[in-house]
Amino acid sequence: MDCYTANWNPLGDSAFYRKYELYSMDWDLKEELRDCLVAAAPYGGPIALLRNPWRKEKAASVRPVLEIYSASGMPLASLLWKSGPVVSLGWSAEEELLCVQEDGAVLVYGLHGDFRRHFSMGNEVLQNRVLDARIFHTEFGSGVAILTGAHRFTLSANVGDLKLRRMPEVPGLQSAPSCWTTLCQDRVAHILLAVGPDLYLLDHATCSAVTPPGLAPGVSSFLQMAVSFTYRHLALFTDTGYIWMGTASLKEKLCEFNCNIRAPPKQMVWCSRPRSKERAVVVAWERLMMVVGDAPESIQFVLDEDSYLVPELDGVRIFSRSTHEFLHEVPVASEEIFKIASMAPGALLLEAQKEYEKESQKADEYLREIQELGQLTQAVQQCIEAAGHEHRPDMQKSLLRAASFGKCFLDRFPPDSFVHMCQDLRVLNAVRDYHIGIPLTYSQYKQLTIQVLLDRLVLRRLYPLAIQICEYLRLPEVQGVSRILAHWACYKVQQKDVSDEDVARAINQKLGDTPGVSYSDIAARAYGCGRTELAIKLLEYEPRSGEQVPLLLKMKRSKLALSKAIESGDTDLGEQSLVFTVLLHLKNELNRGDFFMTLRNQPMALSLYRQFCKHQELETLKDLYNQDDNHQELGSFHIQASYAPGERIEGRVAALQTAADAFYKAKNEFAAKATEDQMRLLRLQRRLEDELGGQFLDLSLHDTVTTLILSGHNKRAEQLARDFRIPDKRLWWLKLTALADLEDWEELEKFSKSKKSPIGYLPFVEICMKQHNKYEAKKYASRVGPEQKVKALLLVGDVAQAADVAIEHRNEAELSLVLSHCTGATDGATADKIQRARAQAQKK
Amino acid sequence: MAFPHRPDAPELPDFSMLKRLARDQLIYLLEQQHEVDKLYKVENKPALSSNEQLCFLVRPRIKNMRYIANLVNADKLAGRTRKYKVIFSPQKFYACEMVLEEEGIYGDVSCDEWAFSLLPLDVDLLSMELPEFFRDYFLEGDQRWTNTVAQALHLLSTLYGSFLNCYGVGRCARMSYELWRKLEEEEDSETKGRKPEIGHIFLLDRDMDFVTALCSQVVYEGLVDDTFRIKCGSVDFGPEVTSSDKSLKVLLNTEDKVFNEIRNEHFSNVFGFLSQKARNLQAQYDRRRGMDIKQMKNFVSQELKGLKQEHRLLSLHIGACESIMKKKTKQDFQELIKTEHALLEGFNIRESTNYIEEHIDRQVSPIESLRLMCLLSITENGLIPKDYRSLKTQYLQSYGPEHLLTFSNLRRAGLLTEQAPGDTLTAVESKVSKLVTDKAAGKITDAFSSLAKRSNFRAISKKLNLIPRVDGEYDLKVPRDMAYVFSGAYVPLSCRIIEQVLERRSWQGLDEVVRLLNCSEFAFTDMTKEDKTSSESLRLILVVFLGGCTFSEISALRFLGKEKGYRFIFLTTAITNSARLMEAMSEVKV
Repeated sequence: MDCYTANWNPLGDSAFYRKYELYSMDWDLKEELRDCLVAAAPYGGPIALLRNPWRKEKAASVRPVLEIYSASGMPLASLLWKSGPVVSLGWSAEEELLCVQEDGAVLVYGLHGDFRRHFSMGNEVLQNRVLDARIFHTEFGSGVAILTGAHRFTLSANVGDLKLRRMPEVPGLQSAPSCWTTLCQDRVAHILLAVGPDLYLLDHATCSAVTPPGLAPGVSSFLQMAVSFTYRHLALFTDTGYIWMGTASLKEKLCEFNCNIRAPPKQMVWCSRPRSKERAVVVAWERLMMVVGDAPESIQFVLDEDSYLVPELDGVRIFSRSTHEFLHEVPVASEEIFKIASMAPGALLLEAQKEYEKESQKADEYLREIQELGQLTQAVQQCIEAAGHEHRPDMQKSLLRAASFGKCFLDRFPPDSFVHMCQDLRVLNAVRDYHIGIPLTYSQYKQLTIQVLLDRLVLRRLYPLAIQICEYLRLPEVQGVSRILAHWACYKVQQKDVSDEDVARAINQKLGDTPGVSYSDIAARAYGCGRTELAIKLLEYEPRSGEQVPLLLKMKRSKLALSKAIESGDTDLGEQSLVFTVLLHLKNELNRGDFFMTLRNQPMALSLYRQFCKHQELETLKDLYNQDDNHQELGSFHIQASYAPGERIEGRVAALQTAADAFYKAKNEFAAKATEDQMRLLRLQRRLEDELGGQFLDLSLHDTVTTLILSGHNKRAEQLARDFRIPDKRLWWLKLTALADLEDWEELEKFSKSKKSPIGYLPFVEICMKQHNKYEAKKYASRVGPEQKVKALLLVGDVAQAADVAIEHRNEAELSLVLSHCTGATDGATADKIQRARAQAQKK
Repeated sequence: MAFPHRPDAPELPDFSMLKRLARDQLIYLLEQQHEVDKLYKVENKPALSSNEQLCFLVRPRIKNMRYIANLVNADKLAGRTRKYKVIFSPQKFYACEMVLEEEGIYGDVSCDEWAFSLLPLDVDLLSMELPEFFRDYFLEGDQRWTNTVAQALHLLSTLYGSFLNCYGVGRCARMSYELWRKLEEEEDSETKGRKPEIGHIFLLDRDMDFVTALCSQVVYEGLVDDTFRIKCGSVDFGPEVTSSDKSLKVLLNTEDKVFNEIRNEHFSNVFGFLSQKARNLQAQYDRRRGMDIKQMKNFVSQELKGLKQEHRLLSLHIGACESIMKKKTKQDFQELIKTEHALLEGFNIRESTNYIEEHIDRQVSPIESLRLMCLLSITENGLIPKDYRSLKTQYLQSYGPEHLLTFSNLRRAGLLTEQAPGDTLTAVESKVSKLVTDKAAGKITDAFSSLAKRSNFRAISKKLNLIPRVDGEYDLKVPRDMAYVFSGAYVPLSCRIIEQVLERRSWQGLDEVVRLLNCSEFAFTDMTKEDKTSSESLRLILVVFLGGCTFSEISALRFLGKEKGYRFIFLTTAITNSARLMEAMSEVKV
């Protein structure tokens, strides 16, 4: 295994750095890298190249080509650059390419060279032109920082939610700073810049001069600065060939190094691993690359070709015309196992497993050694961990094999870590494949999470692989397979050469009823591509009809939308708002006639709209009924109108007339007649008010007559009763009550004798008693017919006589009634009498 | 009788959780969100507050929106700027936002929702307090509230576990149920694991049974509601009850020990019970005599307070009873009840019609007259044309012509209709059904009901045996069946349906009835196969009344529960009675 550590380089006493090849690049570069603007996205992301014709004084007549490659050099896109001169390229966290133009416009492209959008960095930038620009990443997203020709900085911390910040001026700044970078502290983006021997820190409000602690003397200028991937550390390269390394807060120095090269380096980036104590910076010149850290010596590499460094979370990627390499600090687990002559448990376990395969007894010796120290668990863990950090599958396998071997001798070793590592490595090996070209390390993968990795695969249109991974990892359908299928479908609808039918069918076949897939989203995408018919076809598959509506409306299929909205009424919650939205659309879209016709076929919508109109648009309601020939409702509508407050009598009568006409049309003669009666009554009441004074309007007929009698206009009352054909019974009740109220007993008696009462004489007794006139009541009690005689007598309080009548009638019910009225001593005799009569009746 | 439940009757779920939930949400909305410090009632008059911010807590009604719009626009005219917040309860309706938009103030107000849809009025009674539901759905055909019902059911199933067996009858019941299912499916199945507390749920549309709601109530709680109107579980007893010069607001629920014992009693028993109670109380007071100092100390510190409380309640309820008696005798209550019973049983129709006519002529009460007309119409499958016209004419003459609109409403809702010419066969039909087999009768009935949507009350009554045969006096002190809530004359239809379905655990064998109810499409059953749940929860039954329920129905079902060892929980859109039903249909002058 000795040769395995051949590419390990020690830095100081405690750390090794190794560099290994990720891919050999067979991209067919037409230009030298040094002639291009280069941008490579972190986490094994894509590489963008744009030959930079604007930098040189060459003829700008040739349009440059923007090329996008995967990390393995597979071409993804290539397009002619037609816009203005580009100053800087960079990738956002969503793997969108941001191209910062000289005029401050930022053009955003997708991974496949599809133009997405553009935005401007503001007027000030436009006027002063862009001198330099950086794309940087914060926890909110990706930001853009710009140095303008006026030596001012403008930045936006998140291009997704563009808020431009103009940084304060640096006092006395006459020329461009020699170098600068963005820092991110306490969730706020700062700018650190170097002017001669001075360093300035800019935040939103202030510009403050800063000095790195422990900086060697004699510095007259800073040539390069680098901030670490996590914004925690900062490195400064001075014109004396001295490198200062410290915290980004400039509060603490970590170490320093003097490389004695005064030429400005081409690139300087941090190379550190999360949770490692080692700090190292990689500095690259034209032909030399150096790893420096807290050690007197540095590691030096010769660069054969033009190379470009890409800082990563746990190392540095270096690509050139022919290769793509990864340089990183050897992780602890790997170091323990592979270090020469290591006696770490992991190393012994690996050895034991090898001997075991050779069928050698040494296997047992090694194993015993580990077990005696009680370190077998640790050994297995080490092997599992180290496997994760290996790039080559054969090494991963041998380490995992060793772990599996060791596990056999352990009683209760939880299997999760081993299983998960195997799964993770399979996924990683799959995406590291040359064709896919995402060279993620284990740490990067864990940082990125599987969800983001899947997103990135989808972004690269690698749907089958993404689905395989989901299925392999058994991710829940909603976040896994369905999501990817939905993305696939959205891509599919953009294939314009395939017919609508085929696309719709293909999509439905693949997606079926997969949970979590929104057909309406896919349809929206189809509509976005101008394929309305396809969108409608796709919407048919959407199970929640409510979801179909907004898109249908957008596509101006309002009638379809209305029926869908109503269909959803039984099932969907957005129902009423949907129907309303659609109605409003329709109302504006169609002319009134068509609108009403549409409504007519949708009773649910009609009733909703009616209710709305009832409160908001009375006139519309009338039109609606008119259109429908709904004369019954129209009549009711006009009746309602006749009660409108403040309406004059003529208006009311007119409204009633219209109502009556409508009722006739509706063949509702009863209502028509009743309405006509009301018109007559209204006119009459008006006349009564004029002639007699008092309040008559809006009284009912009954009350009108009563009022007349009470005010002594008996003649008029009679007339009215005749005119409106008030039935006798009612008239008698009415007169009886009114006269009793007036306590006009004489008139009442006259009235009672005018003819035979149609309501009998019991009511007379009742009413008189109600006025507490027992004397009058008794008069009428004698006239009450035999069936009600008992009741009448009881009413006037003549219990004894009532008993006599009841006995005479031999009516059991009447007897009990009288008995129940017998109270206390006074009626004792009567009660006895009844009991006797009862007993007698029973005897018979 | 505070129905002493069978010892094996299940425990009721704890509904106070609902109150706490709603309260916390409101407090959050008011304080955290909007920093409210004072509350005003929304009335149709300008708000006098000089605050910088106005916050409205309203039902989502267009009328309310216009009130707010007027207020905001008035402020605008006066050049005054303030912040406006509208909190809709239980939910926002799009139409409201549209009104705000049309009035041009959509940008000035911000909207919020207070999802308070279930008010626990008592340990077994939840009300959505949506009296407008009845008119909106059954008259205007507005289906928006079904959404709220579904949300309420969803809340219940989230808190107390999903329902195992679901039954329902009526279009709205079905819609609400399906909406609710949809909600359950959309939500993650987190609640599925919960042990369900409620075994059965029964949804019932009010228009399945108008008759019961139209009858005069004679159970104490129903009578109190009919007489004094119970609002949100409390009632205002006027000076005539409190026998002082002040009105008193009294909370009527299980907490009130006296009320709890008489609420489900037929009124004829209540007086006797109360006087017995009074005597007991006196006896307890009397124990004081002959006590030594120590005993007296104990008595004062421990019992006296309770006794005094009971005394106070007792005198209130006695006052209420007296007041009820006074009112009822004045209107010849016995006569009225007799007529109602005649209508229910379907004899002496002519006499009853005359009674109603006299009732109208005497202008006794517009709502009462209307109620009797409706009762006549529904029990008789519509009025014969001559009566239909004459009663309406009389009514208009007595109570004013604007009721023409009321009649139009009642007709639309199926409450007051005219017999179609074919309907005169009703009598024949009922005779036929006596003679031929049930099946044939069903076919004949089918043929008839295709003519018009009819109540078929008589046929249903026969099928379900709603009018109990009386041998001798019905002892109201010891009720035999649910009919006791109507003096033994009639078993409430709604309750009978529920009883029958629960007995069969499905609609099986009730096809006839369902057909007669005109809702073959809208009767459903949904059972879970596995019977893993405890038998206890299976006897806990949630009854949902869409469009309101009466206290009589509640009493009847409580009685049924006692007999069968069930516990019923009631969820209603509102507590209703005949007067509220009629008022909802009335067109009042604008």
